[in-house]
Amino acid sequence: MRRKPSWDQLHAAAKERILIIDGAMGTMIQKRKPTEADYRGERFADWKSDVQGNNDLLCLTQPKMIQEIHEEYLEAGADLIETNTFNAQRISMADYHMEELAYEINVEAAKLARAAADKYTAKTPDKPRFVCGAVGPTNRTASISPDVNNPGFRNTDFDELRAAYSEQVRGLVTGGADIIMIETIFDTLNAKAAGFATLEVFEEMDLELPIMISGTITDRSGRTLSGQTAEAFWYSMRHLKPFSIGLNCALGAELMRPHVADLSHIADVYVSAYPNAGLPNEMGEYDETPHDMSCQIEPWAEDGLLNIVGGCCGSTPDHIKHIREHVEKFKPRVPPKIAPKMRLSGLEPFVAG
Amino acid sequence: MTQSAATSFINVGERTNVTGSAKFRKLIEADDYNAALDVARQQVENGAQIIDVNMDEGLLDSEQAMRTFLNLIAAEPDIARVPIMIDSSKWTVIEEGLKCSQGKAIVNSISMKEGEGPFLEQARKIRRYGAAVVVMAFNEDGQAETADQKFEICHRAYKLLTEKVGFPPEDIIFDPNIFAVATGIEEHNNYGVAFIEATRRIKEEMPLTHISGGVSNLSFSFRGNEPVREAMHSVFLYHAIQAGMDMGIVNAGQLTVYDDIPKDLRELVEDVILNRRDDATERLLDAAPRFKGEGGAKAKAKDLSWRENDVQERLTYSLVHGITDFIEEDTEEARQQAERPLHVIEGPLMTGMNVVGDLFGAGKMFLPQVVKSARVMKQAVAYLQPYLEQEKKELGIENQPAAGKILMATVKGDVHDIGKNIVGVVLQCNNYEVIDLGVMVPAAKILETAKKEKVDMIGLSGLITPSLDEMCFVAAEMDREGFDVPLLIGGATTSRVHTAVKIAPNYSNNQAIYVLDASRAVGVVSNLLSERESENYRASIKAEYEKVREAHLAGDAKKKRITLQAARDNKFDIEWDGYQPAKPEFFGPRAFENYDLAELVPYIDWTPFFQTWELRGRYPAILDDNTVGPEARKLFDDAKELLDKIVKGKWLTANAVIGFWPANSVGDDIELYSGEPRHSKLAMLHTLRQQIARDHNRGRAHTALADFIAPKETGVADYIGGFAVTTGIGDEAALEKHFQKTDDYGRIMFKALADRLAEAFAERMHERVRKEFWGYAKDEKLDNEGLIGEKYKGIRPAPGYPAQPDHTEKATLWKLMDVKNKTGIELTDSYAMWPGAAVSGVYYSHPESHYFGVGKIERDQVEDYAARKGWSVEETERWLAPVLNYDPRNLSGAKVA
Repeated sequence: MRRKPSWDQLHAAAKERILIIDGAMGTMIQKRKPTEADYRGERFADWKSDVQGNNDLLCLTQPKMIQEIHEEYLEAGADLIETNTFNAQRISMADYHMEELAYEINVEAAKLARAAADKYTAKTPDKPRFVCGAVGPTNRTASISPDVNNPGFRNTDFDELRAAYSEQVRGLVTGGADIIMIETIFDTLNAKAAGFATLEVFEEMDLELPIMISGTITDRSGRTLSGQTAEAFWYSMRHLKPFSIGLNCALGAELMRPHVADLSHIADVYVSAYPNAGLPNEMGEYDETPHDMSCQIEPWAEDGLLNIVGGCCGSTPDHIKHIREHVEKFKPRVPPKIAPKMRLSGLEPFVAG
Repeated sequence: MTQSAATSFINVGERTNVTGSAKFRKLIEADDYNAALDVARQQVENGAQIIDVNMDEGLLDSEQAMRTFLNLIAAEPDIARVPIMIDSSKWTVIEEGLKCSQGKAIVNSISMKEGEGPFLEQARKIRRYGAAVVVMAFNEDGQAETADQKFEICHRAYKLLTEKVGFPPEDIIFDPNIFAVATGIEEHNNYGVAFIEATRRIKEEMPLTHISGGVSNLSFSFRGNEPVREAMHSVFLYHAIQAGMDMGIVNAGQLTVYDDIPKDLRELVEDVILNRRDDATERLLDAAPRFKGEGGAKAKAKDLSWRENDVQERLTYSLVHGITDFIEEDTEEARQQAERPLHVIEGPLMTGMNVVGDLFGAGKMFLPQVVKSARVMKQAVAYLQPYLEQEKKELGIENQPAAGKILMATVKGDVHDIGKNIVGVVLQCNNYEVIDLGVMVPAAKILETAKKEKVDMIGLSGLITPSLDEMCFVAAEMDREGFDVPLLIGGATTSRVHTAVKIAPNYSNNQAIYVLDASRAVGVVSNLLSERESENYRASIKAEYEKVREAHLAGDAKKKRITLQAARDNKFDIEWDGYQPAKPEFFGPRAFENYDLAELVPYIDWTPFFQTWELRGRYPAILDDNTVGPEARKLFDDAKELLDKIVKGKWLTANAVIGFWPANSVGDDIELYSGEPRHSKLAMLHTLRQQIARDHNRGRAHTALADFIAPKETGVADYIGGFAVTTGIGDEAALEKHFQKTDDYGRIMFKALADRLAEAFAERMHERVRKEFWGYAKDEKLDNEGLIGEKYKGIRPAPGYPAQPDHTEKATLWKLMDVKNKTGIELTDSYAMWPGAAVSGVYYSHPESHYFGVGKIERDQVEDYAARKGWSVEETERWLAPVLNYDPRNLSGAKVA
């Protein structure tokens, strides 16, 4: 299958240094306080339902704002920026009756990030910047019943997810993404559907991109929302032969560390981590300062756990700049050689032999 | 086995398997998923590291059962913590399982049985879903038996998987087939060695792969002798694990420690498993009873020592084992000892048959064995007949009456009688007199004979759906004429629910009772005829059916249907623009007379054959099944032998007719034209549309067969085909000529084979249609071998079956192809085909055409259909009775009110 030149550039960069991924998009949008009218723009002035909060829509209605945010992160030193497409598939877009826009948003979002990344790559050709096409978890779960009295019930399934993700990934690739990033994974089955769709789209377009996978450990139990441990989660996703596996969101750096360490020991691919800026305070705000956050992350790099690092909810370009300054002096983690054994999983891992 | 060997060995829990566990199957069939989850939980608690889930049961919607069970497991953390082994022989079930697994599962299994194309395609998908895979040592020629075959097939699969699919070697598990040893058949002696040797070589050449197998297959010959079986399993595992076997579907708790096996037993068992001496089997058989613990049946001896027992025991032995060789000499010996010839029947022969009945009732004998027992019994009675006649003449006495007299018939319009014949045989074995009126018996004749013969009970049988209505009619007639005997209902389309809801209310004088299969018949009949039990029994059935009726009515209310219009708006939408249907080689009908039977044999699907004999399981796995395997093998051997005679002796004549026509759909109907251009309408085929209301309609259409043909307005020149085949011409004459009247086993076998040949004929003609006569699949195959799966493109649904439940559509086919004159197949009043060994249907070629069930339909569609067919609504309701989602009687009542 065909690959882009960025495939080799990315692998070379990861060998050389710890790569920096950008921070939160939502936080940066909120700071700009866009109004309902801003979200609508001219094109959707007469849309039948409220669209405020549909951040991904801004790729179409406020493209300048989004490109500006990308550039702020690039300026802070990010190697990887994520498209503004966390909810841009038709299942989530249904909340705004905008299912039919899903493909277009992804294409445009990837173009915006592409333009920003290319601008900075041109400035520093020895440090190429990459666009991650962000694929979120959707607002439904294929492994969990929404009805506690009916545990066998599901409000979505593999086929529906696979179709929605296909459309999204096709848009991201078409718009020029370098990487497909399946992230904030609450439910591994959703992510498997996303992975299945991604491979199908690659085959269909005869173009293979690196895949990054990032799960979410939701609380102190150390499990995903759908009940898997980090190791079981890795075995469920490993067949996609990803460029990296990692964790993001939900936890601050402090609580995330043991699980990142787990992955670092068992995964024979690169490891990524982008925690929230602490846990939300009573006002729902993330208040960990750039300094605090980067001081917590620095030892991860020092201990050789990291290949890719950045921030999730609450983080800003300032956080990213600090993190970069704290980790850039360390060598990236070298993925271990893992013995070839049959590694299966339920909620927990099972290794044969 | 030794401690170290045990530690790395992976135990796969086997109880959540409907084909292996009757208990689990019953729970799933009863929708008792809570109890089914308990079974899974116990397995995990008892140390299963992986649980095998199998829902392959003919009556189940296996895809749905797999989905439901895995979704429920996902909500149970103490079960879901272990990986799942998704076990099915059906790819669609496997795929459904994969779509419900967030963990990394194992698929069990795929093989090269259908060639490399499907194998590679399935392997690629499995990889994409992210699962490991079990590969059976099975290729286009069958299951591997020798070590060389096993190794070669596994090696070929390995190369394909690793080189063409990129499958990681460590995610490949080979199952090189564990077969039974010590069966008395010489070729089987080396099966244990072959597995162990193959395992060793596979592990040498492909060290990262795994080896698995179903261990209990090995010891079938010693059923009932658990100590010997466990010793065999332990010894086998001891050697197989040393050779590299590292996974198994095993009940680990029941394995004896290798070193704890008594030394003499261990040596005997080892001789057998390692095939170390020619007399190993005999020696172990001789010694086996010594090691037998409490309970269990006797291990079968191969010698003739039983001939030294007294005459009663010999007769019993012959009856239980179905041996006719000595029956006449033993019967003669018994006659000489008896005061009167009749006493031989009432005494030693009935004693023997009671043993058969008890074993059958306890599930220790299977139907084919019982039918063979009946053959022995009949032969003994036939031998005594002249003596009985003579005695009657001399003494002027009547024989004692039988335990009860039962009239049996396949109802008017239906020709299927294999099941009814089996029930008849079983009842006769139990000393009931059976009056069998045969097939297509009108109600009047049933009632007249029942009166004349003063029968104790009437049994009705039928296979096609219109027979259900005819049974209701017979029941009503019995009521009207004041009958007061129980009415038994049986046959493929009958059910407890239908009997309770539709038939029983028509017969208030006594009780209509559903009989699931032959094994239940004796229990039902003896209860009904027992003076003490009869009343209670009937009362309990009555109460049970009352509940079934209530539950059915309550359930009915829940089963919503959408309107016909809404269903049409959501039809199965094929993109016709740019689609070019293939044009058949000819238009109109073409007949094939005297088709070569030998060509059909490889196309036989054996699984339904075993079902006929009430042996549950799918071929070929059934031959190695834990419980029924040995009987299935015997039955299979007999079947192949008879099949050979049928083919070589041309006992049956095979005729077929196929036809093609230009066609376009118009709404839910399909217009057929006599030629191109499409000016003259030749005929109209009608189809029915799904109306089921689904919770989620996402992407799921409400399909009718007409959706698979290009609509007239698209201007696309589409085509349709039809066929009718039979292998039943000459069946009655052949029965007369080649089988003794007493040989029920042979006669039933013959009919069952004729049926299988007819299905095989349909399969073969469909293949030829795809490749030659319509030819829409020939190019794809030539283009790319990897697309072999494409050869199954297109469908051939039969009128009267789920995709088009209206049997009367056959009449259109008969007219179009002049079926009666060209093949000799006639249609009965109920549109059953005569002879019964026949198949007919319609060919659709579009690649997206597929089988589906119309399910229940609403009155709006019935009215619409009636108008299209030119029938009255009442007539339509009668023909479509089994698929109505309402009770026409209630509805008309409601309208009046």
